[in-house]
Amino acid sequence: MTNTDTGELRRLPLHDIHEAAGARFGAFAGWFMPLTYPAGVMKEHLHTRQKAGLFDISHMKLFEVRGADAAAFLSKACPFDAQALPAGVSKYTLLLAEDAGILDDLIVTRLAPDRFMVVANAGNAESDEAELRRRASGFDATVTPLERVFLALQGPAAEIVMKSVGIDLSDLVFMTGRELPSGWFVTRSGYTGEDGFEIALPVEDAAGLVERLLGDDAVEWIGLAARDSLRLEAGLCLHGQDIAPDTDPVEAGLLWAIPKSVRSDGAFVGADGLRDRIAEGSGRKRVGLKPDGRQPVRAGTELFDEKGTPVGRVTSGGFGPSAGHPVAMGYVTRELASPGTRLLARVRGNSLPVDVVALPFMPHRYRKGA
Amino acid sequence: MAKTYYTPDHEWLRVEGTTATVGITNHAQEQLGDLVFVELPEAGKTVSRGDVVVVVESVKAASDVYAPVDGEIVSANDQLGSEPGLVNQSAEDEGWLWKMKLSDESQLESLLDEAAYKATL
Repeated sequence: MTNTDTGELRRLPLHDIHEAAGARFGAFAGWFMPLTYPAGVMKEHLHTRQKAGLFDISHMKLFEVRGADAAAFLSKACPFDAQALPAGVSKYTLLLAEDAGILDDLIVTRLAPDRFMVVANAGNAESDEAELRRRASGFDATVTPLERVFLALQGPAAEIVMKSVGIDLSDLVFMTGRELPSGWFVTRSGYTGEDGFEIALPVEDAAGLVERLLGDDAVEWIGLAARDSLRLEAGLCLHGQDIAPDTDPVEAGLLWAIPKSVRSDGAFVGADGLRDRIAEGSGRKRVGLKPDGRQPVRAGTELFDEKGTPVGRVTSGGFGPSAGHPVAMGYVTRELASPGTRLLARVRGNSLPVDVVALPFMPHRYRKGA
Repeated sequence: MAKTYYTPDHEWLRVEGTTATVGITNHAQEQLGDLVFVELPEAGKTVSRGDVVVVVESVKAASDVYAPVDGEIVSANDQLGSEPGLVNQSAEDEGWLWKMKLSDESQLESLLDEAAYKATL
């Protein structure tokens, strides 16, 4: 997924703005991405939780789904009830393989009876597009990839900042969205556990909005490194690490995203596979992991029980600047998945104590509806 | 009079007599970003040039720091246990990593001086 040959990497439309802001860049999912800015990952992370962080997430892919059968098609393509989704509401859902392996996780927002916006991960953009087109066969529905700048403004000051640049989004609650008169697409959502917005807009409008947002003292650029530590503290999965084609929604703890009626009666791709997985029960479970002490435990680290038997593996791990300690998540056998269970992580020949803990590490501070 | 040497791997050594204080350069700490953990060596351990002596961990990743010359570890900077960020604040002074007794001073001749190191950046 990661391309280290920078010659083949795609540059963000706002690359020059990031360079002028002093960004350090690195490869992610085929893109040359700002990893940190001069403040550094620790300050960027804390700034987002205290004020408002501005993220360029234009590597993520937006698809517009349109047509008389758009809702029926999406209910086939993904395990959710698109027909029942009201306009202006967003839903976290999955793209499953026939065996219920997770091909990607998506946010789908209904714009109108026959129009939806789908947000997909950068690394899966091409395969998702092909897969969605395949699943659209026989439906009156088109899947159109959009060329947009995609920005996220995250943190407790996000609503006030948007208002200060003339965009009042106070009517939106978490996981709702709409198109603005300018044609921009905005949802109240994000990947940090904080309140905030994600804004997709035409490339030619983007520099102007960025300049206005950064004109507010509460706003700073935040790089991909802090985006990762923020989402990990919030217990949110990264596709390709914490969820992947070889994990399913049962063991990943993502059944909450699939309504009960859809699990039992839905005709989505992967329905039989998912029902089998639910009936069997998963042998392992995704859990939060808190290393004892200051030493981080990284993705790929093997986990053992106190007798030395292998019991699982870390899928994401690092340091949580707001938590103030190392944070991680991973998969462990079901019997050892209860919070409070002590495991051992093998790091460079040493066994480090790690406790299974409930996720998230930092409470979500979304603006929920009444 | 102490003399300071550098390696192409972004380490510095300050040599006084037959003892060297070793750390990573300011350039290296900038590349790594905020450090959150430093795994320090035990005193008395014998190391050869190229051995991993210290692992520095940033928010995102772990990086190895190698022995620039052969010798024996005399002490480690224990203050980094509670304040790993000292390496970011003062990489080439208070954020030193370990002290070692040199076993072959002639190895110093293969290291870089400050001007030669800066030319590699």
